[in-house]
Amino acid sequence: MTTARTLGRPPLVLLVPAALAAALLVLPLVSLVLDTPWATFLDRLGSREVGEALRLTAVASGATVVACVLLGTPLAWLLARVDFRGRAVLRAAVTVPLVLPPVVAGVALVTALGRTGVLGPLLREGGVSLPYTTPAVVIAHTFVSMPFYVLSVEGAMRSAGERYDVVAATLGASRWTTFRRVTLPLAMPGVLAGAVLAWARSLGEFGATITFAGNYPGTTQTMPSLIYTTLQADPEVARTLSMILLLASVAILAALRNRWLTTP
Amino acid sequence: MADHAVSGLDARVYVEGRLDAALTAQAGQVVAVIGPNGAGKTTLLRALAGLVQMSGSVRVAGESWTEPPRLVRDRGLGYVFQDQSLFPHLTALDNVAFGPRARGVRRRDAEATARAWLDRLGVGDLSSRRPGELSGGQAQRVAIARALATRPALLLLDEPFAGLDVGVATALRLELARHLADYPGVALLVTHDAIDALTLADRVVVLDRGRVAQEGTPQDVAARPRTDHVARLVGLNVLREGEVLRSFSPRAVTVSLHRPEGSARHQWHGVVLSAAPHGDAVRLLVSGEHELLADVTPAAAGELGLAPGRQVWLSVKETAVQAYAAD
Repeated sequence: MTTARTLGRPPLVLLVPAALAAALLVLPLVSLVLDTPWATFLDRLGSREVGEALRLTAVASGATVVACVLLGTPLAWLLARVDFRGRAVLRAAVTVPLVLPPVVAGVALVTALGRTGVLGPLLREGGVSLPYTTPAVVIAHTFVSMPFYVLSVEGAMRSAGERYDVVAATLGASRWTTFRRVTLPLAMPGVLAGAVLAWARSLGEFGATITFAGNYPGTTQTMPSLIYTTLQADPEVARTLSMILLLASVAILAALRNRWLTTP
Repeated sequence: MADHAVSGLDARVYVEGRLDAALTAQAGQVVAVIGPNGAGKTTLLRALAGLVQMSGSVRVAGESWTEPPRLVRDRGLGYVFQDQSLFPHLTALDNVAFGPRARGVRRRDAEATARAWLDRLGVGDLSSRRPGELSGGQAQRVAIARALATRPALLLLDEPFAGLDVGVATALRLELARHLADYPGVALLVTHDAIDALTLADRVVVLDRGRVAQEGTPQDVAARPRTDHVARLVGLNVLREGEVLRSFSPRAVTVSLHRPEGSARHQWHGVVLSAAPHGDAVRLLVSGEHELLADVTPAAAGELGLAPGRQVWLSVKETAVQAYAAD
């Protein structure tokens, strides 16, 4: 920028910490790329263990996005459009998982849905046992991902404004019709961004999952859990697996760039 | 109850702290609602639409909208908003078809209705455009088509010409007059512009500080304004002396730098607040005991140095003053 240049050189007191921050963020990733045993990359990618973990990760993150869209969209609408007692409290509660340490989220899920949990007896009566199953993985992922989705969609619905809902009502539309034909289409950028965020969060989910669903190959072992397990035994494999996830993350970032990151 | 209450509009609207107004109109009538900013014009429309909390009663076409309270969507109304508020993600056609479809008309029929309305408003060739690709005048035409396409019993127009270029507004005003003449329901038109009231309305309601200050035919209200605001709108000076109102045209005012000779009862001293071209004259706003308008020729304005801040005397002949009861 020419204007910035005429204002003088950037001061060292800002440049040095900025360089350190950049190094901290970039170096580990560069090392990972350099240290990845590329020669065996494809072999590892084709191994049964990795295949299962990849499949499970894809299934879990896909199912998580579907759960977020189906359940989170109505919740976002409720928070954005309906005035009810306790709305502020509910919104705060929805955001808690954002800052909750994932392990704590896992413990909370066990406490609620575990065999001896609050809802455990109820689930047992229905013949359902959740912990250490693939559905438990999806539940854990949804628990940690939903806040990203809900906040994104609620924000989009708020910024689109209630104005068009009012217009739709004067034209005779019911609230469901208004939601379907006006509110949701106008909030679509937020829905897409929220879905991608939720997917990214689900992709990296580890703490809540391993606590609530465990780490069983084929049923609950997702990529992050596999990486964690492998790192103890074979760091080289762990690096390969990490590289795979890194590539996936970068792909998401590229997809997001236009939609989300560039909009202020 | 009188006939018009059955087929038209009969409303008594009370909005806490903002509005206390009674309003009746016959089906087919166009009522202009004028008044200064904050007089409650938009509040009145929003209350009738059910968008603000009100007490009182609203009856439209023989049905009560207030007992029991009716949801906005169940009132048969059309609302043309000041900023058009077209759905930005829908084409002009889908915007207009939205109302009929929301009321259960099949898609194909709703689109046919929408097409017909867009044609009637002269924007049929723009049906596949989105609002972002329309000019202000075109968007307002689509908005009017959208409001009329549901065949509302009550049509509410909130400053439909605000923000449009003068030429566009004039053309649209003429067309709207035509459509309103065909429109079988009651139309309420909120406007800032005396021309709208005079050319479009059968009756004029003047709101001032949340109350009806005057009601009558446009001609009557224009000739005998009871509020300063309307006097300004129609370009008259109005003075209140007890129970008598006196109005006179700015053209009838004589401006001089010294106290006029003679017996003239109507003379005032004041300071020029503003001077602006008005037609082929210069219109002065003079502030003294009253705020008065006076038109002078540009030559006189130059000769007398009539710039803001100038002390002047105004006088008007008794024969140029019209007096009427304030009742």
